[in-house]
This record gives sequence, C-alpha cells and structure tokens, in this order.
Amino acid sequence: MNETTATPAIVTKSLTRKFGPVLAVNAVSFDIERGAIFGFLGPNGSGKSTVIRMLCGLLAPTAGEAWLDGIDVRRHPEEVKRRIGYTSQRFSLYDDLTVHENIRFFGSIYGLRGERFQRRQAEMCDLLGLGPYLNRLAGRLSGGWKQRLAVACALLHEPGIVFLDEPTAGIDPVARRELWDVLFRLSGEGVTLFVTTHYMDEAERCSRVGYIYLSNLIVCGKPDELKRMPEVTPAGHRRLEVRCDQPTRALGRLRQMEGVADATLFGDILHVLAHEGVDDGAIRRHLERFSIVFHEAREIAPSLEDVFVMLTRARARSS
Amino acid sequence: MLRGLGAIIYKEVLQVRRDPATRFIFLIPVFQTIIFGFAIDMDVQHIATVVCDMDQSKESRRLVDRLANTQTFHIIGEAASEEDVRRRIVAGQAKVGLIIPPDYSARLLNGEQVSAQALIDGSDSTVAMTALQTSRAIGQVETGVLAGLSLDNPQVDVRPRVLFNPDLISAKFYVPGLVGIILQIVTMMLTAFAIVRERERGTLEQLVVTPVSRPALILGKLIPYAVIGMLQTVFVLSLMRFLFGVRIQGDLFLLLSLSALFLLPSLSFGILVSTVAANQAQAMQISLLIILPSVLLSGFAFPRETMPAPIYALSCVIPVTYYVQILRGIILRGAGLWALWPQTLALVGFAVALVAVSSMRFQKRLG
Repeated sequence: MNETTATPAIVTKSLTRKFGPVLAVNAVSFDIERGAIFGFLGPNGSGKSTVIRMLCGLLAPTAGEAWLDGIDVRRHPEEVKRRIGYTSQRFSLYDDLTVHENIRFFGSIYGLRGERFQRRQAEMCDLLGLGPYLNRLAGRLSGGWKQRLAVACALLHEPGIVFLDEPTAGIDPVARRELWDVLFRLSGEGVTLFVTTHYMDEAERCSRVGYIYLSNLIVCGKPDELKRMPEVTPAGHRRLEVRCDQPTRALGRLRQMEGVADATLFGDILHVLAHEGVDDGAIRRHLERFSIVFHEAREIAPSLEDVFVMLTRARARSS
Repeated sequence: MLRGLGAIIYKEVLQVRRDPATRFIFLIPVFQTIIFGFAIDMDVQHIATVVCDMDQSKESRRLVDRLANTQTFHIIGEAASEEDVRRRIVAGQAKVGLIIPPDYSARLLNGEQVSAQALIDGSDSTVAMTALQTSRAIGQVETGVLAGLSLDNPQVDVRPRVLFNPDLISAKFYVPGLVGIILQIVTMMLTAFAIVRERERGTLEQLVVTPVSRPALILGKLIPYAVIGMLQTVFVLSLMRFLFGVRIQGDLFLLLSLSALFLLPSLSFGILVSTVAANQAQAMQISLLIILPSVLLSGFAFPRETMPAPIYALSCVIPVTYYVQILRGIILRGAGLWALWPQTLALVGFAVALVAVSSMRFQKRLG
C-alpha cells in the first residue's frame, strides 16, 4: 500500500462532451474508490461509451475534469494510458494473429520483455485459462475466449484501473460467470474495475453502480443505498412479490387495482408496488373477481432494476 | 417467380443513395471522360526544340523558320554546339535539337546536297514519332520551295536521328514509367488498406488507448510498406532490364535514392485515403480517383505536350509526373542530378507537404 491509497481511483467533475450540437454526456460527476467494481449502466446511446472514451484519453472532454489515480486526464493523457487497461465493446484484437502473438504484441507495446513478459504471460494464462489456446488464431476463438484474450491483453502491464466496455455481451452464461470470477479476483488484488453492462444481475454484483440516461448520470452509489432511496419506494408504499395463476392476465388487472402504483412481470412472478393499505386479502379478492387463482404475496426489497425504473420515471416527470 | 423484386430494387436504390461512396461512382466516369476527351490528343504540337545554327545565314534562318512555322516545333532557344544540344536533351529541357552545319548556305548555293541534323529524344514515343515524320517532311518542303526559287538542283535533307531509343521500341517508352505507376499504386493501396482495416476491426482504437506514441504508430505502419515498395522497385527494374532488355544508362544509386524519395508522397497518399475512407471498399474507390490521373496525366501514357492548359496544370500537381520524368531521364537518357534537380525539388516539396497534411489528418481522425 502506498500514499495514493487515500485518493479515489477515478474522479470526474462535470465531465461533458458534445458532438457538434449534440450533448452526449452532460456534466457527469462521480468518484470511485480503489479496488471497487463499478458497474456503469444505461441504455444504448445514453453516453456510457463516451464517458469511458474520455477517461481513457480516446476523446477529449468538451468541459469538466477527470482524474485517474490523481492524474489529470486532460493534461497528461499519455501518463494515464500507462496505468489503465481497456477492452472495447467489440473484439478488437488481431484475428489473424495467434493468442500468443496478440499477447506478445501488446506486451511489447507496454515495454514488457524477457523474463517479465514470460512471467506475465504465464500469470494471464493461469488467471484466464488461455494456456491450451496460445497457438490458436484469435479469429478462431469463440466469443467467450476472445473476451478472455482481450482481458488478458488489457491486464498484461498490471494496470491499477481496468475499463471493460460490455465484456459479457453475447457470451454464454458459463463464460459470463467465469469472467466475473476473474473480475472478483482482480478486485480482491486492489484493481479498480469500471464495467459497463446491460445485465441487472451483473449490476447487483458490483460494489458501486451508476446509471446514465439521456446523457445524464441519474444515480450513483452502493446498490444497498440506492435501494433504500425514498424515490424508489414512495412513502406509505411497499413492494410485494405476488404468485398466482395466469400471471400475464393478472398483470393487467393488478395495474388497474386501487392502491397499486405499479406492477411488473418477472417470469411467472409479479412485482407489485402498492400502498401499505393493500394487503394479501385485498389482492386475493381483486384477482378472484376475475377468476384468477391467488397463491401468495410477500414483501420484498426493491431490485436495482426497480431503482433504475423508478428514478428514470421520476426524472422524466420532473423535466 | 419475381415476387419481391420491386422491394429489393427499391431498397437497393435507397442504400446507394445514402452510401457516401456513391459520389465517387459518378465522379470516376466524369473524370475519365474529361481526360480522354481533352487530354489525350495524339496530335503533338509545340515540341520543345533547340537550334544550333552554325551557319547563321539567310538560308539557315529560313530553315529554322520553316521548322517553327509547322507548329509542331517550338523553338525554345539556341545552343552553342552539338554537345550543348545533347546536354539539353539529356536534361529533358528540349525534345528535339536541330543542328545546321557551318557550310549549309555555301553548299546550297553551289548546288550541292545539304543536310541538317535533327536529334530527337526517343524517350517519349508519341513525341519522337511526330518529330521524326515532321522533320523529314520539312527537308522535302524546303527542297521544293528552293527549286521554285530557280536554284540549280537544290537538295535539302533534314536527317532525323532518334537518341536513346533509335529503334523506337515501345517497351523502352513504357516500362520505365510503369515502374513509377506500379510503385505508386501498390504503396498507396497497401498503406490505405492497412490503416482502414485496423479502423474497421476496432484494433486502431485498442492501440490508441495504449501508450504507443502517434509517430511510432504511423511510422510503424509505414516502414514495412516502404520496404516492400523499395523491393518492388528493384524487382520491376530487374524485369525491365532482363526481360525487356532496357539498360539503365544513368546512376542506379541515384535512381534508387529518388525512388525512395518518391515513396514519401506515395505513402502519404495512402494515409490520406485511409483518413477519408470508412471501409476497405471506399478505400478502393478513393484510391482509383488518385490512380487514374496518375496513369493518364503523368506523361506515362500520353504526352503532356498535347494537353490543354488546365489539364497540363493539373498534371503539374501530380507527384508521379516528376517521378516518371526522373525514371525516363536516368534510365533512358543517363541524366544525372544536374539535369533532374527541378523534378527532385518538386518531389521534395510534395513529400514535405503530403507528409505534413496526412499526419495531421491522421492525428485528427484518431480523436
């Protein structure tokens, strides 16, 4: 541990980017402590990649500031590049080079040679299981293995901060879980991870999450804190998980019920945001009027999806 | 059987209209038509000619005037000696030199047969052919006119002599210039494709987030293609020498040095194309736009002498124009740097300008 432990790994202040007249990122401010897994969420086109590209020095901010490891991104982009790893949204290594040749190429760009390179390549093979594939052309790997190779190339030079832009998009569930295991290990070693994703279950695994919508950072914090926000569960309301027959029909009926603010379907289970006065019996009676068989209802905590939905709606209403 | 035909045609038209490459589809034929229509005029006129009149008589001046009056020749100056005439032709300043012997008028008035010599630069085929035919005819015309002046049995003979390529072998005209054209096409396309491919695949972005420096990135991409370009030059020159039997009259080292110089604007064009093109298909189309004028206007295929002024001016801003002159100068006429410094300077100018512009544009495109 050194003296930089105290400073957050990533700090942004009113980071803004315009493309011509279009505002892509509007005054985004956050800070991320060292060793965190920061999940960055938002719909396509909301500005996620633009934020990453500014932090990596690929794109100059129109206004605002950002520091990585206390280094000003605008003033010392080259210094920043030495300390970060980056995997882009789509596979962007060389299809026509083998796994080993790709690793070697990125290793030599970061000045890794001789024993140090050998050691890092061995460590990456160990961490990501690339050993058996070293001599295979990268273009012949499956999606999950390509992603591992990309992560390996991004980690070679032992960066303190790693940006992963949708690392799990389009890969199978097993590969997805294994990649997350790798991320947890890295986080345990003190590496700060900045991960974008569309998967809510991945967001739940992050130590911090931020949600960006229409160029604005709507919310940023620890998942537990976000779930306790008053905007997520309005005063006098609670969330219920309802099990019943014909859930799709029940959804429409419940939405029309007096005292119900919102209802959403998750598989064959309904999540209902209702006034405290609405209890099991009231829901049962309401459903039975439409001859839907009610099984049970119990109170649950909001999910991150609930958090983002509620906050986005609140935002839309206020603007 | 044709169900959906209309829908597909409609969709195709929409896409063609939205594809930015479409403008090139229309630009290329327009370009070709203009060039073929205006620039390619095989009727050569105003061939740069120097005169070495050692007689300086009324009769000798009449012969010179007759030459000038054909419009085929354009007298650009006087030369002091046959040596001087040859030097100017080697240097590429003049394509034809007329040498009139000191006893021209004396012999003519004595009723003896007189002959003047026309030295013709054989390194440019169309020009050499025209000069050959016209100079022969001039002797006959002058003879006829003098007969009308009731001189006894006058006999004027203008003897053409084609230098460097006396048999007017077409391989000698075209192969040296071809070296330049091939070099330009290959290096430009390789470079453009190499960069566009990285952008298409997203690997360029991956590179830019690493601490690799911009100059290292550009040079690292260029040096391998420059080496390939030089190897190709040597290869094509060997083919020229051993397959077509065209000997290199001048200094091989100078030839290779100037070829290396020419690679700079050529590679820079490749970078420029890559900054405009979004994918490899577009890179191909934009490359064609540069290759066409290089082939048609550089003097490689058609003599620049016949081009109308605006197209001639255009041919002056094409780097390969100067390189073709250098190639023909060194290979066929044995010209040295003393003769080729204007072309060399032009290439240096293009190199500096294009390297600067292309690296600036490249930096900008990286964001």
